[in-house]
Amino acid sequence: MCLAIPGKVVSISGDDPLVRMGKINFSGIIKEVSLAYVPEVVIGDYVIVHVGFALSKVDEAEAQKVFEYLRQMDELGDLEPEGVK
Amino acid sequence: MKFLDEYRDGELAQKLAAEIHRVTTKSWTIMEVCGGQTHAIIKFGIDELLPKQITLIHGPGCPVCVTPLEVIDQALKIAARSEVVFTSFGDMLRVPGSTTDLLAVKALGGDVRIVYSPLDAVKLAVENPTREVVFFGVGFETTAPATAMAVFQAAQKGLKNFSMLISHVLVPPAIEALMSSPNCRVQGFLAAGHVCAVMGYEEYFPLAKKYHIPIVVTGFEPLDILHGILLTVQQLESGRAEVENQYARAVSRAGNLPAQDLIKKVFKIVPRKWRGIGEIPQSGLGLSAAYAVFDAAKKFKLADHRVEEPAECIAGLILQGLKKPHECPAFGTRCTPEHPFGATMVSSEGACAAYYRFRRHDAKELAGAK
Ligand code: SF4
Repeated sequence: MCLAIPGKVVSISGDDPLVRMGKINFSGIIKEVSLAYVPEVVIGDYVIVHVGFALSKVDEAEAQKVFEYLRQMDELGDLEPEGVK
Repeated sequence: MKFLDEYRDGELAQKLAAEIHRVTTKSWTIMEVCGGQTHAIIKFGIDELLPKQITLIHGPGCPVCVTPLEVIDQALKIAARSEVVFTSFGDMLRVPGSTTDLLAVKALGGDVRIVYSPLDAVKLAVENPTREVVFFGVGFETTAPATAMAVFQAAQKGLKNFSMLISHVLVPPAIEALMSSPNCRVQGFLAAGHVCAVMGYEEYFPLAKKYHIPIVVTGFEPLDILHGILLTVQQLESGRAEVENQYARAVSRAGNLPAQDLIKKVFKIVPRKWRGIGEIPQSGLGLSAAYAVFDAAKKFKLADHRVEEPAECIAGLILQGLKKPHECPAFGTRCTPEHPFGATMVSSEGACAAYYRFRRHDAKELAGAK
């Protein structure tokens, strides 16, 4: 029950934050989930969903960090064949 | 799929693994807390990419596995009642109680239904006013927001035919219990990313300090896990013991405040027995006084009882990281996912089931075929 993957919000219904629901696309499978805990989410955002509830919005800028880190590692490697920390 | 495929890139994984090799000079034992991470580590063969000096041990973070036998037995008793519609996440259905499991109760005519969300159980209660709908509320901080909302909505709707059998557990008290055990070998933790998405990670600062242990909030994809391991090893090698957040794309320091608010409102912190580990103080959630009418154990007047685990099953040692599944004499022979002795063989997040699915044959051959 803890395995969760990110999905994309394709539509939102309901105004009351407590009952706000969204249709989420998980690689082609659409599920209706509660958006009660992510009031800031809009259509097009990616969310992490657990047992029918979106728990957090995926932050695009933060998502790039590990790739940036790997890129920096490469660049350092190019400069210093021995590799520096 | 965005935010998924790129975190499974084999070449980048090799790069991170090479960096881990480069920075590792000593032997380190790191525990991944969450069963979802265990599953990914075994499935993608991440442990086999690591230097020999690094040992990963699999933590207690599988909710199915730690739900006590006594509570499973209570669920079986409730589910067998003729007036009850018993609803549960699918992975609880095959967990063996002391005599049978929910699937067998269903085969004998019990109305046992799998639901995706606890809100589906609330809906069933609204649609079936003459039946007693009971939801099996288990899980860590990741499912607590969902069960809290189900209870809250049931109260708002004034439902009299809805209740919950609750066995929620919390991660930080379990880390504390592991660390204070004299047998503990853990030197660093990968904290469970999605638990922290809900609760934030402030709770881990005192633990990192008290036990001088690095705690790195980590995601679930191969690159996340390798990155989390790298950050942990870097801390260990330089003698630091900090809380770091590898999974910042989904986790903020404060966590999800609306979810925490509702959890605080509906639940209170209680002592909880963990299957295979024993009672851990302040490690569970139970219904708060204002919502106590939704407590299924009270509603159906179930007495407390104590039962013993099957003698052969060493799941308790596995959940504490003291043994690996293939060291269990019953593993893969008398105990299989079809005939599980212990809960760690049932759930896909359980260490025994993960080893059974991905490591039954030659581990090297699997790693090569990946
Ligand atoms: S293999 Fe089966 S019997 Fe052995 S520890 Fe795992 S669940 Fe228990």
